[in-house]
Amino acid sequence: MDLSFGPEYEAFRDELRAFLERHRERAPGGGQMLAGGTRDPAALSWQALLIEHGYAARTIPKQYGGYGATPDPLIRVILDEEFARAGVSAGLGGQGPDMLVPTLLEHGSEEQKLRWIPPTIRGEVVWCQGYSEPNAGSDLANVQTRATEDGSDFVINGQKIWTTTAHAADMMFGLIRTEPGASKHAGLSYVLIPMDAPGIEVRPLVTMTGHAEFNEVFFTDVRVPQSAVVGRRGEGWKIANTTLGHERSSLAATGQLEAAMARLTERMQAETVDGRRAVDDPALRDRLLRLQARLLAMKYHALRLLTCRLRGEPTGEPGSPEGSAVLVTKLAGCELSHQIAALGIDAMGEFGVLYGGSKHERAGGLWQFHYMFSLGLIIGGGTAQIQKNIIAERGLRLPREPRA
Amino acid sequence: MDFGLTEEQRMLEQTLRGWLAEHLPIGRVREIAASESGQDPAVWKGLAELGMAGLLVDDESGGGGLTLLDAALAMQSFAHAAAPVPYLGSSIVAPVALRLFGTEPQRRSWLPGLAAGTTQIGVALGELTGRRGDANLRIDGGRLAGSTLFAIDAGAADAFLVALDRDHLVLVPRDVAGLTVTPLVTIDRTRRLAELTFDGVVPADWLGGPAGVAGAGARVLAAARVAVAADALGAAERALEMAVAYAQQREQFGRPIGSFQAVKHMCAEMVAELEPARALVWYAAYAFDHRPEEALLVAAHAKAHLAEVATGIVRTATEVYGGYGFTDEGDLHLWFKRAGLDRQLFGGPEAVRAEAAVLQGLA
Ligand SMILES: Cc1cc2nc3c(=O)[nH]c(=O)nc-3n(C[C@H](O)[C@H](O)[C@H](O)COP(=O)(O)OP(=O)(O)OC[C@H]3O[C@@H](n4cnc5c(N)ncnc54)[C@H](O)[C@@H]3O)c2cc1C
Repeated sequence: MDLSFGPEYEAFRDELRAFLERHRERAPGGGQMLAGGTRDPAALSWQALLIEHGYAARTIPKQYGGYGATPDPLIRVILDEEFARAGVSAGLGGQGPDMLVPTLLEHGSEEQKLRWIPPTIRGEVVWCQGYSEPNAGSDLANVQTRATEDGSDFVINGQKIWTTTAHAADMMFGLIRTEPGASKHAGLSYVLIPMDAPGIEVRPLVTMTGHAEFNEVFFTDVRVPQSAVVGRRGEGWKIANTTLGHERSSLAATGQLEAAMARLTERMQAETVDGRRAVDDPALRDRLLRLQARLLAMKYHALRLLTCRLRGEPTGEPGSPEGSAVLVTKLAGCELSHQIAALGIDAMGEFGVLYGGSKHERAGGLWQFHYMFSLGLIIGGGTAQIQKNIIAERGLRLPREPRA
Repeated sequence: MDFGLTEEQRMLEQTLRGWLAEHLPIGRVREIAASESGQDPAVWKGLAELGMAGLLVDDESGGGGLTLLDAALAMQSFAHAAAPVPYLGSSIVAPVALRLFGTEPQRRSWLPGLAAGTTQIGVALGELTGRRGDANLRIDGGRLAGSTLFAIDAGAADAFLVALDRDHLVLVPRDVAGLTVTPLVTIDRTRRLAELTFDGVVPADWLGGPAGVAGAGARVLAAARVAVAADALGAAERALEMAVAYAQQREQFGRPIGSFQAVKHMCAEMVAELEPARALVWYAAYAFDHRPEEALLVAAHAKAHLAEVATGIVRTATEVYGGYGFTDEGDLHLWFKRAGLDRQLFGGPEAVRAEAAVLQGLA
C-alpha cells in the first residue's frame, strides 16, 4: 500500500491547480457537473476550454474530438479531487458523455464514432437513454417497442418511459426489438434515433421533485436507417449492459459524496435551535459521525477497486471478494447519498421542508431536492432490490431466480 | 498510488490461514476456550516460530519489523478462526507501545520475549475509555491503588500494560506484591479479560520513563482500536461465509434456502456492508503508520463502524441459519460472541464517535 502519487502526477496536479486558479471565473456557477442537456453558452465554452487542456474528454481519441491521452485512472482521481477541492464544475456530464460515448468507443462503427462523439463531448448533441418501458423496468429484456424492416430502413412503433432529458435531447440511444422470432434477450438491438424524427412524441412527466426531469416517449412509424444500429442486430442486450455498467459506476462517485458531506457539516454548524447548533445535538452529531465513517469506507473502497484495475486484477470474478466488492458500489453509494440528504433535512427541522422558493428556504431547496433525487437514483439504473439479486447471484453464487 | 495488499501480505495471510486450519480446527478451539487459561502454549509457540507473535517487534529484537496493516491482517485471520490467542495484547498493543514510547532498556527487556512468544503482556486501557462502575485506579502515596477493569489477554499474561491517564502507562509484572488478577467471564471464551486490583503496588516501570510521554495513551489506544476493528472484520467475514455456504446447502420447500429472495437479500446486504468496511480497516491501519495527523480519527471511525457492521452481520447470519444458528453445535455463535465483545472493547460505538467528534472540533 502506497498512497503517494509520485512526481509526474504531482506535477500534473500543480498544473491543474494553477489552471483552476487562473480560469475559475469562467466556470459556470456551482461546483457540480453540468447537467446533461444544458445549452448554456457559458457551460459549453467552459467544456471546450477543459477539453483543450485535457481536463475533460481526456482519453477520447483526437480524431473524435477528444484530448487523446492514454487512459490513466490516477489522472482521473486527481481530476476528481482537484475540481471538487476548487468547487469548480468538472465539465459536462449526462447520458451522452457518460454512457453513450464509452459504448460507441467499444461497439460503434468508425462512421458512428466520427459522427457522434465530437458533438456529444462538446455538448452540442444531447442524448437520452431509451431503455425502460411501461412493461420493461426491472425486467428490461421485456422491451416491446419494435422495429420492422422496410427496405434499408427500420420503422419503429411503441413507447418508452422514465426517459431522462428526452424533452431536451437531440438523439436517443434506445433498446428496440428488431428480431421478432428470436428469444427475449437475443431479439434486441441498440439503435440511435433522432428525436426530431417524424412520429416521435415526447410527453414530460413531472417528478416528485416538481421538475420534469423525465418523460414518456411515443413512437408512431418512426423511420431510421438500419445503419443506426450500434454493433450487430440482436446484440442490443449485451451492449446495453455495458452502458448500464458505466451508469452504475458514475452514479456512486465518491467525490460528489464528499462534497455533499462537506455541505452537510457546514449546515449543521450553521443551523441553530434555541441558540444551539445542530452539530451540538448529540443525537444529530452521532448520525453525522456514522455517515462520516461510511463515506470514508466508500472512498477507500473506490481506491481499492481502482487499484485492482491498475494492477490488471480481475474484479468481476464471481465468488471472489473483489467480485462482490464491485457489485456493491451502486447499492451502498446511492444509499449513503440519500442518508446524507436525510440528515441535512433533519438538522434543519421545519426549515428542512421549505421548498419552491419559500421565505427561509435554505440553499434554494437543494436539500429536499437532493433527498428526493437520490431516492430516484436508488431506483433508477437498476433498483436496490435488483442490485441485491445481482450481488447474491453473481457475487455470492446463490441459486439464480427462475427466469420467466 | 496503490491501495491494496502486497504479494507478501497475501502470502502472510495465506500462510497464517493455512496454519490455523491445520492447528486450530473448531473442535480444538472449543477445547482450549473451555480450559482454565484459555490458551494452549503449544499453539502460541507454533505461532511465534511462524514469526506471527513478533510481526510488529523490530528486527534487532527478533521480530518482523512490519507495520500495523500486516498485524491487522493477522488479527483478522485470528478472528476468522476464532483463535484463542493473546494476539491483541501481546502482539499488537504492547509492541506498538514499546516501540513508539518505550525507553531503550524497556524495549530490550520486553520485546525479545514478546517476539519469541515466551512473554505475554495483557493490556488495561480502561482509564482511557471511561471508568465503569466503581473502577478507580489512582496513585496514592506514590503507589498504585484501586482497580481497573477489562484488561484484555489476561489469561496467561506475565505482565500488564496499564494506562493511568493519557500520558502515563505503566508495565506491571503479574506476580508483583499487591496486584490481584480476577478473571472476568465474558460471552467470548476465546479471549480472557480480567479486573486488576492494586493494593500498594510500587509502579517501577513507567512507559518512556517516570514522567510519562505526552499523548502516548491516545496513540496506543488508536492501535488497539484498529486491531479490534480488524478482529471484528474477521469475525464478520467468517459469519458471512458460513451463512452463504449454509444457504446453498440447506433445503426447505424442496429448494435451497439461498434461492429464496429474502435470504438472498440478507446475504447481499451483509456483503454490501462488509466490503467497504474492509477498505476502511486497511486505511486505518495504513494511516496509523503513515498519516499520523489522521490516525487517531480514522482509528476511531474504523472501530465504531466495524462494531456496527460486524454485530449486524453476525446477527443476520444467525437468522440465515434458522434454529441451528441458535444452537451451541452450529458454531456460528462463536463469531457472534467475538463480534459482541469487539463492539464494546476500548469503547462502544457511541462513545468512540463522540471522541471522534471532539478530534475534529465538532464537539
Ligand atoms: C430518476 C430516474 C431516472 C430514470 N431515467 C431513465 C432513463 O433515462 N432511461 C431509462 O430507460 N430508464 C430510466 N429510468 C427507469 C429505471 O431504470 C426504472 O425505473 C427501474 O429500472 C425500475 O423499473 P420500474 O420502474 O418498471 O419498476 P419495477 O420493475 O416495476 O419495480 C417495482 C418494484 O419491484 C421490485 N422488483 C421488480 N422485479 C424484481 C425482482 N426480480 N426481484 C425483486 N424485486 C423486484 C423493484 O425492486 C421495485 O421495488 C429512470 C428511473 C428513475 C427513478
